[in-house]
Amino acid sequence: MSVRSQVLVCGGTGCTSSGSIKLIDEFENRIKEHGLENEVEIVKTGCFGLCALGPVVIVYPEGAFYSMVKVEDVAEIVEEHLLKGRIVQRLLYEESVHEGSDEIKSLNEVDFYKKQHRVALRNCGVINPEKIEEYIGRDGYRALNKALKEMTPQEIIDEIKNSGLRGRGGGGFPTGLKWQFAANSVDDQKYVCCNADEGDPGAFMDRSVLEGDPHAVIEAMTIAGYAIGSNQGYIYIRAEYPIAVQRLQIAINQAREYGLLGKNIFESGFDFDLEIRLGAGAFVCGEETALMTSIEGKRGEPRPRPPFPAVKGLFGKPTLLNNVETYANIPRIILEGADTFASIGTEKSKGTKVFALGGKIHNTGLVEVPMGTTLREIIEDIGGGIPNGKKFKAAQTGGPSGGCIPAELIDTPIDYDSLTAIGSMMGSGGLIVMDEDNCMVDIAKFFLEFTVDESCGKCTPCRIGTKRLLEILNKITDGNGTMEDLERLESLAEAIKAGSLCGLGQTAPNPVLSTLKYFRHEYEAHIVDKTCPAHVCKGVAKYEIDADKCKGCGLCAKQCPVGAISGEVKSPFSIDADKCIKCGACMDKCPFKAISK
Amino acid sequence: MKSLAELDAIRDKVKNRLDLREVKEDRTRIVVGMATCGISAGARDVLVEFVKEIESRGLSGITVTQMGCIGLCSMEPIVEVHSPGMEKVIYANVTPEKADKIIAEHIIGGKPVEEFAIGAAQTGGM
Repeated sequence: MSVRSQVLVCGGTGCTSSGSIKLIDEFENRIKEHGLENEVEIVKTGCFGLCALGPVVIVYPEGAFYSMVKVEDVAEIVEEHLLKGRIVQRLLYEESVHEGSDEIKSLNEVDFYKKQHRVALRNCGVINPEKIEEYIGRDGYRALNKALKEMTPQEIIDEIKNSGLRGRGGGGFPTGLKWQFAANSVDDQKYVCCNADEGDPGAFMDRSVLEGDPHAVIEAMTIAGYAIGSNQGYIYIRAEYPIAVQRLQIAINQAREYGLLGKNIFESGFDFDLEIRLGAGAFVCGEETALMTSIEGKRGEPRPRPPFPAVKGLFGKPTLLNNVETYANIPRIILEGADTFASIGTEKSKGTKVFALGGKIHNTGLVEVPMGTTLREIIEDIGGGIPNGKKFKAAQTGGPSGGCIPAELIDTPIDYDSLTAIGSMMGSGGLIVMDEDNCMVDIAKFFLEFTVDESCGKCTPCRIGTKRLLEILNKITDGNGTMEDLERLESLAEAIKAGSLCGLGQTAPNPVLSTLKYFRHEYEAHIVDKTCPAHVCKGVAKYEIDADKCKGCGLCAKQCPVGAISGEVKSPFSIDADKCIKCGACMDKCPFKAISK
Repeated sequence: MKSLAELDAIRDKVKNRLDLREVKEDRTRIVVGMATCGISAGARDVLVEFVKEIESRGLSGITVTQMGCIGLCSMEPIVEVHSPGMEKVIYANVTPEKADKIIAEHIIGGKPVEEFAIGAAQTGGM
């Protein structure tokens, strides 16, 4: 087949949910209609990163970046661009075109991509993840060949150690050391596991790697198996990621067909195979001991450590467990060497980190930046800033285990140690941006509600402690808090941190502690002034009608479910604060915007 | 999978296509006029021939794209060749046979086929 043009359509979860699979069908039909099926190829890829603009379609060789493409647009792209060579300007992503001319920039020149450095995501949005040949075409499985043919297990472990790679799941433990511990354990059976139980609200880095480049994880786990002396691996992934699960299964099958999994890989005498284990989406199963308990078929609950998994893990055998993104870095390290990898990043945090950018930000999506990139660069340069001219208030990293970074610390370099130093954490890579309309007490409440739901209940500090924390937060946002409650919050938080069995409980109070540290004044406003500075918390809201703006139409009174609003038609109405239940229905209805809270 | 050679064979088969998924300035571009005038003069056959020849000769880093009418309808099919470091060359009345020669002499040999060319235009010119 002689292909002159390739149409890359994003098949990640984001674009799929906005209809990209229908686009592919339409492209195929239209291309056949014009007899172009032998010269134009449709490629379903993983995530391009710019999820906010989905569905995204990129047409090569011109590199035309079409955003928010609808099924109705496909005919025009085929007839104009693919048939006649006229790029459909109206569908182009603005940023991808040189100002003043119609010339298309290389993706690396587009602001969103300029400061990114793709290591873990290098194949995402480039290859078709369902074709192993395309992965091999981008040097896939060469690292495995090198590892099996040219390196001893200890040389591999040393290479990983020298690269400075640290766990990308959140903890930041040195990966090479973890491999060493697992290799040092002696037993007749060992296991290699992959943690794909990405559970933080707003995080989708691991999902995107598995959807866009599943073979990278398979290759890395096979290398790990050789390095620690294991021939069986398990990938634990949540069933909520159907596309990732499906592509991973396709990838495993293809790797088996090619003999890249199974017996005697590359005729080295080394055997390795992989299986998928589906999780039901419990947050606690992302904790390593709970994850392994769940793979064993038992209820996903953590157990005390030591013994650590490297000594006694899955089925009581030595086990190596790494996160998806950690694995995705391994083939590059083996192939290009530890030094190349270690040249990216900061002194103690090497390489890159993938972030799922969400919240009040223009370019919602997936970004990969060198460690040490500042929060400002990520938010302003890559993320395109805050929409609607609002002011940046804080960023939340690390999900329910992490904390908030306030606006005054926006120039903090993002690496493991800097984030820990300011009371947040790297976490797995969720990065939620908040503006002046977000109430920080409400944010703390949101994460606490999540951990209360997700606490497995095995240990008391987490099960009851987080519930009590949430109750105090609710009391404050309802306007019933006292200043002593703040002290109670702090002492309870410390007790939960110190007393909980696993990481879930030990980190659950972090959102409360970090908002208390940087936004104590917002807590105090709820308690002392009985107001919510961001006008979010209904409990302390006071609805009032501005007599100057009110025209006396009476719509609000009709809308009020408790009859708290009264007045004469054509003269200003008023709200009885004692009766008002703060539902906000009147405010939504008022055509003159005369009601405020 | 037994050896690196086997892996390389698979890689080389798809590498060209993967390379084209990147916008690079230093690439030879063959641009075929595909407006109504070009198509009716047989530009599609010319375009297909270029694509086939590149494939069968195993050339890499060359893109074949189309353009609209440049106002010389009587000379269609028109083909522009942009090679890095060279003036663009415009070929007129191109046929599939001429396309083969352009590939052999201009693209591979680095010497424009003067008998088919209508003059090297300056950028921004014709």
